[in-house]
Amino acid sequence: MSLTGAPAQRDQRADSPARVDGFAKITGSALYVDDLPCAGGLFGATVRTAMAGGILQEVIFDPAMDWSDFVIVTAKDIPGVNAVKLLENDQIVLVERTFRHAGEAVVLLAHADREVLGMALKRVSLVEQLNPDPIFDIDEALQAEREMIPGNLYADYLLNRGDLAEGERRAEVVIEACLRTPAQEQLYIEPQGMLARVQANGDILVEGSLQCPYYVLDALVQCLGMDKNRLRVVQSTTGGAFGGKEDYPSMIACHAALLALKAGGRPVKLIYTRGEDLRVTPKRHPSRTLIRLGANKAGTLQFIDMDFAIDGGAYRTLSPVVLSRGVIHAPGPYKCPNIRVRGRAVATNHPPFGAFRGFGAPQSIFAMEVAMDRLAKKLGMDPAELRRKNLLRSSDVHATGEVVGADCFAHATLDVALERTHYHQRLAEYKAWNAAGHPTRKGIGLATFAHGAGFTGNGELHLASRVSLQVLAHGHVEILCSNTEMGQGAATTLVQIAAEALGLPMDSVYLAQTDTSRVPNSGPTVASRTCMVVGDLIQKAAERLLRRLREAADLPASYDAQDFAAACGRLHAAKGDALVTAHYHPPAGMLWDEQTFWGRAYASYAWATYIAEVEVDVLTLETRVLDFTAVQEIGKAVHPVIVRGQIEGGVAQGLGFALYEAVLWNARGVMANDRLTNYIIPTSADLGDIHVVLLEGGLGAGPKGAKGVGELPMDGPAPAVVNAIQQALDIDICQIPVLPEYLLERCAAKPPAQEIPTVRREY
Amino acid sequence: MPTTMRINGKVFQSHSAPTARLLDVLRNDCHLKGTKEGCGEGECGACAVLVNGKLVNSCLVPLGQMERAEITTVEGLPEDSALARAFVRCGATQCGICTPGMMLAATALLAEHAHPTLEEIRWGLSGNLCRCTGYGRIYAAIAQAAGGPADV
Ligand code: FES
Ligand code: FES
Repeated sequence: MSLTGAPAQRDQRADSPARVDGFAKITGSALYVDDLPCAGGLFGATVRTAMAGGILQEVIFDPAMDWSDFVIVTAKDIPGVNAVKLLENDQIVLVERTFRHAGEAVVLLAHADREVLGMALKRVSLVEQLNPDPIFDIDEALQAEREMIPGNLYADYLLNRGDLAEGERRAEVVIEACLRTPAQEQLYIEPQGMLARVQANGDILVEGSLQCPYYVLDALVQCLGMDKNRLRVVQSTTGGAFGGKEDYPSMIACHAALLALKAGGRPVKLIYTRGEDLRVTPKRHPSRTLIRLGANKAGTLQFIDMDFAIDGGAYRTLSPVVLSRGVIHAPGPYKCPNIRVRGRAVATNHPPFGAFRGFGAPQSIFAMEVAMDRLAKKLGMDPAELRRKNLLRSSDVHATGEVVGADCFAHATLDVALERTHYHQRLAEYKAWNAAGHPTRKGIGLATFAHGAGFTGNGELHLASRVSLQVLAHGHVEILCSNTEMGQGAATTLVQIAAEALGLPMDSVYLAQTDTSRVPNSGPTVASRTCMVVGDLIQKAAERLLRRLREAADLPASYDAQDFAAACGRLHAAKGDALVTAHYHPPAGMLWDEQTFWGRAYASYAWATYIAEVEVDVLTLETRVLDFTAVQEIGKAVHPVIVRGQIEGGVAQGLGFALYEAVLWNARGVMANDRLTNYIIPTSADLGDIHVVLLEGGLGAGPKGAKGVGELPMDGPAPAVVNAIQQALDIDICQIPVLPEYLLERCAAKPPAQEIPTVRREY
Repeated sequence: MPTTMRINGKVFQSHSAPTARLLDVLRNDCHLKGTKEGCGEGECGACAVLVNGKLVNSCLVPLGQMERAEITTVEGLPEDSALARAFVRCGATQCGICTPGMMLAATALLAEHAHPTLEEIRWGLSGNLCRCTGYGRIYAAIAQAAGGPADV
């Protein structure tokens, strides 16, 4: 590689064994929740509120209908607490009287015949009294007289570094903007669903499509009022999740289990239709950011001032954590002495928003990166140059006060990305093209960003994850952990890490099915933590296992799979303990203050520069992405093919976020375009080439220096595309998706009108 | 009136109503669970099967139209084909829910173009949504199965 100081670029063919789940998925034999056998079972369905918050006055079952062969569940059938267990118990499992949004579950029905069930849904009517003035907008919620909760705020954070006033004094060029990102639907192709059954001994088994089995288990314990040991949660093959199956599966599991409890031993399958899934399950938080950036004439940042607000919807669910990640990522990978980021998660009457790949960071990074281009423009500077001037380097101080260590590759990703795309040459070509009066305009835009992997701050400490390895007598090793394969390749990556650490071929190691009655809690499968945190625990457990086999079963110093199997046989014969467990210990220097956002927020950041090249048709105002380049430093690519697939897939979602995916709301705050015909995600015909360049600095906190991969691809595409379009058309863009209708409005409004609303700006 | 068709080479007679969706007949009457439902309205291609060699979305097809039809589902594809091997090797499946439909779309595409260009692959798959892969690894797998170089 030609650039000194940049980490090595890898041959991606190396180290990429076949996916362990590949064959079953390709032959169609993998069983997803709707494929699970359910002999003699019932199907479940949900009756929901229609109004955007209010009081449920009456539930009327059509007397003309024979309800005797239905299982019917309402709030009074809940044996435990009527709340979904999460950060705070505010979201109800079934509405009893008051409710906060349209689409809340009131009555659960189950019947053996899906068609009859569908008809019965229409025969239950709810008498609802609407609360006056439901709120669906962030700033309206902040200013509203009517408060759903105090201040309509789920969380209110302040990251404050340096002295903003001082930064303002030193700034010679200042820009100000208001930028918005919309809700985005995860759109996993497998809709959500659960299968619950009461077993002969009264224990309950819930199987389904989910990310976090222990979240579901905890929710069942609370709602059913049953002991943990009598509940079992099993993950079925999961057809995509992206965060969307982090919290809501707990709700569906409670519903399915409540129905099963009354179904006299018959299993109950509760599978959402696509429309229901789109209307009620959580999506990415919409955001509104007021941002001001100041720099001196040379382009050195003097201050960053952001008022970042996200719409949390009608219940708190995960919003404070999403907000916290958004706030930490807001100032980007830049060095700036004076930073103020105020973050607020706001209560509205939308169904609650939730986790989606990136978890708050794509929203705030979007604002920062688009604002950086505005600043570059005002400075008369090239956007890449402005970034180069301000990107963090080792020993700089990060926005959270942490001194950046050697694991900082912001500049390396920028250099490689500029070189790969022939950025400066393209820029000149596109300028010439645009000046020549063609029917299209072209632009090249970039985004530089970093993303922290793992839970924020002390989160991993609180999780106290555990992973076990179990050796079987014939020499196979089973990994026991609660982390789930949902398509991202965790099963393969974890097996690969274990096999490598044990010096065994991959087919000697397998990942046990995620079943809470067997696997320890190794934390949820979120926040790009699986490979890094859990992979590291697997490696530690493997070392411990080898030590035990050496000490207790004479495993020779150098061994092959046969020697290993023989040692396992001896260990079993001697009735030695065949199970080893590794516990999480935080890396040194992991100090974090959640109140002041001070300290080391993440064990590792991954670094990236993404570049989008676009062409906009001047007549139709349709935007096409000509080329997309993602340069990403990921520590170490454990499985380069999986890593590349993760990045390409994430970029595709990011391009959807930037250009196509518009959630439209009806008057009751529910997604109106609740079909795949009108919620548009990218097809193969829509996407141009996506080039992925992996850089490996080898300094991440995971195995061999690996760090999180999967979330960065969501952070970069939207700002890169918007910056490219702004450049192509010489206009300001203030929101995504950049649909032709919006461009028409903006082009008509040229010169750009500032859309800065007046809101409370006190800090 | 029962409907008689050949599914994966075997004669099958269904007594479901002629208005029943082929998707439900395959999944519930034939227990062929490889055909998935992603949207139920012809948009995602997760339910795609071959009917007389043509790619169709089985959620849109009423059973009544299937009299004497020759139907291939993912279970009817050879397990060890060049295509299957390339899908595994190239990482063309992630969560896998779109994969059966993709395998059938790819089969139909390769039947029509033994050596498809990238543009032909893109268009050939454009009725099948994948939310995981961004399609790149699927293109690579199809190109490799067709004997071309796979950019993996
Ligand atoms: S389920 Fe048939 S096309 Fe989506
Ligand atoms: S692999 Fe998940 S939708 Fe295609």
